[in-house]
Amino acid sequence: MNGAQTMSQTETMVLNLGPQHPSTHGVLRVVVELEGELIVKADPDIGYLHRGIEKMCEFRTYHQCLPLTDRIDYLAGSANNLGFVLAVEKLLGVEVPKRCQYIRVMIAELTRISSHLFWLGTHGHDLGAMTPLFYAFREREKLMDLFEMVWGGRLFPCYFRIGGLAADLPEGFTDQVWEFVETFPKKIEDYENLLTYNRIWIARTKGVGVMTPDEVLDWGWSGPMARGSGVDWDLRRDNPYSRYEDFDFVVPLGSNGDTYDRYLVRMEEMRQSNRIVRQVLENLPAGDINVADPRVALPPKERVYNNIEALINHFLIIEEGIIPPVGEVYQAIEAPKGELGFYIASDGTGHPLRVKIRAPSFANLAALGKLAKGRLLADLIALIGTMDIVLADVDR
Amino acid sequence: MSAAVEKVQAQFPDEIVEIYEFRGDTTIIIKPEKIVEICTLLRDDRETSFRYLSSVAAVDYLPASPRFAVVYHLYSHRYKNRVALKAFLEDDAYPSIHSVVPVWSAANWHERECYDLMGIQFRGHPDLRRILTPAECEAYFPLRKEIPVRGL
Repeated sequence: MNGAQTMSQTETMVLNLGPQHPSTHGVLRVVVELEGELIVKADPDIGYLHRGIEKMCEFRTYHQCLPLTDRIDYLAGSANNLGFVLAVEKLLGVEVPKRCQYIRVMIAELTRISSHLFWLGTHGHDLGAMTPLFYAFREREKLMDLFEMVWGGRLFPCYFRIGGLAADLPEGFTDQVWEFVETFPKKIEDYENLLTYNRIWIARTKGVGVMTPDEVLDWGWSGPMARGSGVDWDLRRDNPYSRYEDFDFVVPLGSNGDTYDRYLVRMEEMRQSNRIVRQVLENLPAGDINVADPRVALPPKERVYNNIEALINHFLIIEEGIIPPVGEVYQAIEAPKGELGFYIASDGTGHPLRVKIRAPSFANLAALGKLAKGRLLADLIALIGTMDIVLADVDR
Repeated sequence: MSAAVEKVQAQFPDEIVEIYEFRGDTTIIIKPEKIVEICTLLRDDRETSFRYLSSVAAVDYLPASPRFAVVYHLYSHRYKNRVALKAFLEDDAYPSIHSVVPVWSAANWHERECYDLMGIQFRGHPDLRRILTPAECEAYFPLRKEIPVRGL
């Protein structure tokens, strides 16, 4: 009798997953309490990549904050830039010309594709599928080449500026984007052939990490994470910014709210982003790329060299910065990972009083403990992968 | 005027300090005591239906007093609109407000972040620990205005 009782007693084991672990996509530590292979409790420990971006913004001019936003979600730098410049433009009450808005949409959608490709490769790799990584990175590399044409670098763009763009698109860029847009749908089919009907993939993802629509709202999930559960919400369609209302696209929805449905949603989103890029290319208007307000946009370089007023103007914007009125705004965009919001409080000086970044990865990751409870340890890897977190985005 | 403003005005007329409109954003500035009741009302009422909490932000208005404010950004998936609630906290030395975790689970980490970076106490929060800075960090809150950006 006594022996049987001793046998049935179990002790839980505490395991540290991370902060250096290949499947945590950065420096995430999850303190996991295990009973055998089952997770009793999973507590994400974040902050290893906290750089105090919000604090640093308070000591900079609005333009100087822009390179910091590149580094929030470094896989989708342009999306962060877009959120920030839109928030500052809202604060200033200016609207950029149509050509600029269209170019921003094109770059933002190419960024979404690039971010989703990275997610696809790593998520697949985490769950044992090696090939999607090579396939996805092949196309991502093409996008990186395109990005390099525009802003000279790969990850940190700083191409969108407050009141416009750093420069117009380079010569020959649209031809190369056309080439990408024409070939990319076929590539998505290739990825889907590898995974969508793959029995191992289905076994690892179906029914894992199920969220009901009510839970999604309660936990503040957004983006593909919310749409995987059938929450019909896309900020590009429902609260359009940067003229997204001009483009025709479908918001894909899942039904089961599990890891597999979120996979399907992101695959379809890449197709839709490709469609949007195609529509931008077809309808790209000519014209100015910067607002005509000398308090916001830098004057063209040739005028700075030849005209004293333009030189002073340039000097003032660089030295004192853009000076918005006293006020507070919140601007959210549909970033590849979900709702990216910027809350900016201005006290009427050249430096923001407060910049609060509502990062999608942070809000999505908060539900990890809830999802992992009662699941196998191996499922935790699938859950981290499906959340598509970037730790720089979580920690800021 | 938005439905949220009307609802709060009808049910909690004494709690409203100011209605602030700027660039199309509506902010209802309220007194901090009834924050949970007001949030519950805005979440559950069919005409407002703010079932989603975007973020919780703390702001330091030093040298003004009261110096701390907490701003809640709500979104309604039904009406596709937003409202912000803002409450100034009376005590500058020990700022505190009730936690809204019972209203939205999403508030858990957002409030932990506000506590961690700005030192706002959320009364009734189930797990108010530091989240971004290390747990062994001395009791200072980096986003407060008296903390320099470098060289503490």
